[in-house]
Amino acid sequence: MAEEIIHSDQSGEVTMRVWRGDEDGGEFVEYVMPAQEGEVVLDVIHRVQASEAPDLACRWNCKAGKCGSCSAEINGRPSLLCMTRMDTLPFGETVTVAPMRAFPIIRDLVTDVSYNYEVAKRIPPLSPRDKTQDEVDAGGYRMAQIDVERSQEFRKCIECFLCQDVCHVVRDHEENKTAYAGPRFFIRSAELEMHPLDTNDRRQLLQEEQGLGKCNITKCCTEVCPEHIKITDNAIIPLKERVVDAKYDPVAWLGRKIRDRTKRTAAEAAAEAPSSGPAAVLPPGGVVAIPQPEGNGTGIPVYTAAPAAAVDVPPADDDGS
Amino acid sequence: MTEYESHDFDVIIIGAGGAGLRAAVEAQAMGLRTAVVCKSLLGKAHTVMAEGGIAAAMGNVYPEDNWKVHFRDTMRGGKLLNNWRMAQLHAQEAPERVRELEAWGALFDRTEDGLILQRDFGGHRYARLAHVGDRTGLELIRTMQQKAVADGLEVFMELKVLRLLHDVDGTVSGLVGYWRPTGGFVVLKAKSVVLATGSVGKSWMYTSNSWESTGDGHAMALWAGADLIDMECVQFHPTGMVWPLSVRGILVTEGVRGDGGVLRNSDGERFMFDYVPDMFRDETADSEDEADKWYDDHTAGRRPPELLPRDEVARSINSEVKAGRGSPHGGVFLDIATRRTAEDIRRRLPSMYHQFKELAGVDITAEAMEVGPTCHYIMGGVRVDADTTAATVPGLFAAGEVAGGMHGANRLGGNSLSDLLVFGRRAGIGAAEFAEGRQGEISLDEGQIQEVIDAAVAPFEREGGENPYDVHQSLQETMQSLVGIIRNGSELEDALVKIEELEDRAANISLAGGTKYNPGWNLTTDLPAMLTVSKCTAMGALNRKESRGGQTRDDYPMADPEMGKVNFVERISDPSAAARGVGGTPSVRSITSQPEPVPVLPDELRALLEEAL
Repeated sequence: MAEEIIHSDQSGEVTMRVWRGDEDGGEFVEYVMPAQEGEVVLDVIHRVQASEAPDLACRWNCKAGKCGSCSAEINGRPSLLCMTRMDTLPFGETVTVAPMRAFPIIRDLVTDVSYNYEVAKRIPPLSPRDKTQDEVDAGGYRMAQIDVERSQEFRKCIECFLCQDVCHVVRDHEENKTAYAGPRFFIRSAELEMHPLDTNDRRQLLQEEQGLGKCNITKCCTEVCPEHIKITDNAIIPLKERVVDAKYDPVAWLGRKIRDRTKRTAAEAAAEAPSSGPAAVLPPGGVVAIPQPEGNGTGIPVYTAAPAAAVDVPPADDDGS
Repeated sequence: MTEYESHDFDVIIIGAGGAGLRAAVEAQAMGLRTAVVCKSLLGKAHTVMAEGGIAAAMGNVYPEDNWKVHFRDTMRGGKLLNNWRMAQLHAQEAPERVRELEAWGALFDRTEDGLILQRDFGGHRYARLAHVGDRTGLELIRTMQQKAVADGLEVFMELKVLRLLHDVDGTVSGLVGYWRPTGGFVVLKAKSVVLATGSVGKSWMYTSNSWESTGDGHAMALWAGADLIDMECVQFHPTGMVWPLSVRGILVTEGVRGDGGVLRNSDGERFMFDYVPDMFRDETADSEDEADKWYDDHTAGRRPPELLPRDEVARSINSEVKAGRGSPHGGVFLDIATRRTAEDIRRRLPSMYHQFKELAGVDITAEAMEVGPTCHYIMGGVRVDADTTAATVPGLFAAGEVAGGMHGANRLGGNSLSDLLVFGRRAGIGAAEFAEGRQGEISLDEGQIQEVIDAAVAPFEREGGENPYDVHQSLQETMQSLVGIIRNGSELEDALVKIEELEDRAANISLAGGTKYNPGWNLTTDLPAMLTVSKCTAMGALNRKESRGGQTRDDYPMADPEMGKVNFVERISDPSAAARGVGGTPSVRSITSQPEPVPVLPDELRALLEEAL
């Protein structure tokens, strides 16, 4: 049966000031559109495309805040176009929409975010522990809900890269990009470090190659995160502590890490606990582990364990404050 | 002659959603030179929008569950139009695919004893969906993305594929497309190609799908001479947002109902009790009291009717609205606020909480949501061999939503993510084995390549023609109003005429600006596929003179057992000779649609369907 197509009422107008241009330069262009109830900024951009500017470049996909494609700066604030309702912006005022500033322009609102994809390649992936006999019998790993929740918070990340955009370390210092992973990838490392199955160790990498020390915890990343991930408090600060602990007291750090890993149940932890101290629960090779890069033929570094004693840990380049 | 860059691989996968990435990981692991091509950035594919979970009979919550029950549920949900072999492989292999995902880093919610927790969903007899709150698709795609990165897989991001290329003997041998950021053309040569391009929903006005879901793979397969089946079977998810208008169609997970949410009309009644079909009457509760007991213990009562398969629920909502018992904005009420604590809702359904709070200003822990059907998924697609995913032209494979047969006339919630993993892996193996066995040099037809490129840039030469956005909107209005959730013969005939008219309009689009990141041009090059799949859907819908799953005809309201024995097959019998439509593609006027027998179910599997519960 024919379905009625609903067109909403129009009332008033909105003025959009949208940056148009490419790597050679550009300017803000004003578009005046009829206002419609309940719209987000992306809806208005779409109407501009459909009427006045069919070639206005803008990334988007899900339009529900789940894919992280439509990142831009609305009235100067890094935001998702699809999750910013027009009625939350100052009534009657021009809405300025600009591309993310920290990345090179491709065209209009679209930027070259390949920096992020390059950093992603340099994070050592999950290296899961072996299954216990009980787990083999049960048909899967056992992990407690409380233990997976810490990493689950970081896995909510939709890779909008707004945290990367707002981070002063890259926003104001292009040259830092070669040696700074940025908030998105600090939470990726935190997620892996706190993953109940992981056996890799990324502390030295974080300190020496990913510039963890450059973060001065201003929490701008946390403020713009559309997933409300507590990037600074729950990921970056704990990572900084782990890195510091690794330097000053690797055994204490290791003990804590092992306790975290075996938090499933007290009985299970006790059953696995060694009689001769923490080192005995390590997998063959030992995880007292300051990582050493090693090629695997794919260009992705693989970090394997090496005895802590053999590694000369360099001093911190800041105190994390 | 236009310049283009070229690359050479063994296996190319088009699409970087769950199926594409799973196929690529498998082909690469087999030692083949593998590349993935995708229209957006890596990690943005529509898999990310899947919310509720991955269906797999792991038996972690109900040990009674096993692949046979899952197979039975899938076939019954599909109204027995399914390719039984696909449904069997899917049910058997899904648990292993979920465990594998966990070993690659996915962190599912846990049971009390630490195993993967499984939740209830419509049409599944047992709690079967492995999940992470209501963002399971994100977990799947991020895990596969990270696995692909760790394996060093080559990914061509923001590359739109225009057409498949073939060798002199007709074997699929590569593709031609363009980089969206630069507009530069690209030819990728390959020994085999996997289609994993997802859905077609952008031809409808109200859809849960993103701009990418334009049926590229469906159409390119057809243009290459492959068969499509069941294209009339389109799933309208019962619960999309209806208000505000700008978010109309955005998905509201079935997990809301799986976790206790109920549908109510404007009188506050749980109307689903009035719409239980005979096929599901024995297993569905007949009182609210019985239904409510079921959530905590599936042996204490039968299933609530809110958890009937999606086609049944969507039609029921449609009927309530038509009868004048809808919500203020033309939907019905989905109520979880009075059923679960605010804390539970925020924990189990965080994305839904967030989505309604920010987009609609509705607090779902305190108020009911307004929901209504939204175009969500196409069961139909490329006809494939179940075991290898091979299409009916050599060198071409298809997995995930672009493939047809697995879900029959209606897909159960949760069976999509498991489909991606099971058949993504099988496509990787199938395509890799084909590539390994392929003999001789591949020679591509330079004339064909130039013809595709010339047709793609032709709108820039034209002046005073159509605006692509207008043509697209007309197509969406046509499909929404004439090929929507409830169909009839005369409207479908109107739709066929309109689609042909739209093809003529699309052939007359003119564009300004350049080819560098130009969304108007991108849309123009997506339109040929949208028109093609829309035509296939309308033809199949006109030919299937019955109501079954995702095909509902008000002039043929009942299922017809004879129609249940056939798939409608769309094809272009001689694509090279077919009249040209838009962008040099075969015209929609050259598509045919005819019935062919559904594969016959072996007796031992048929017995499973009829087994008493």
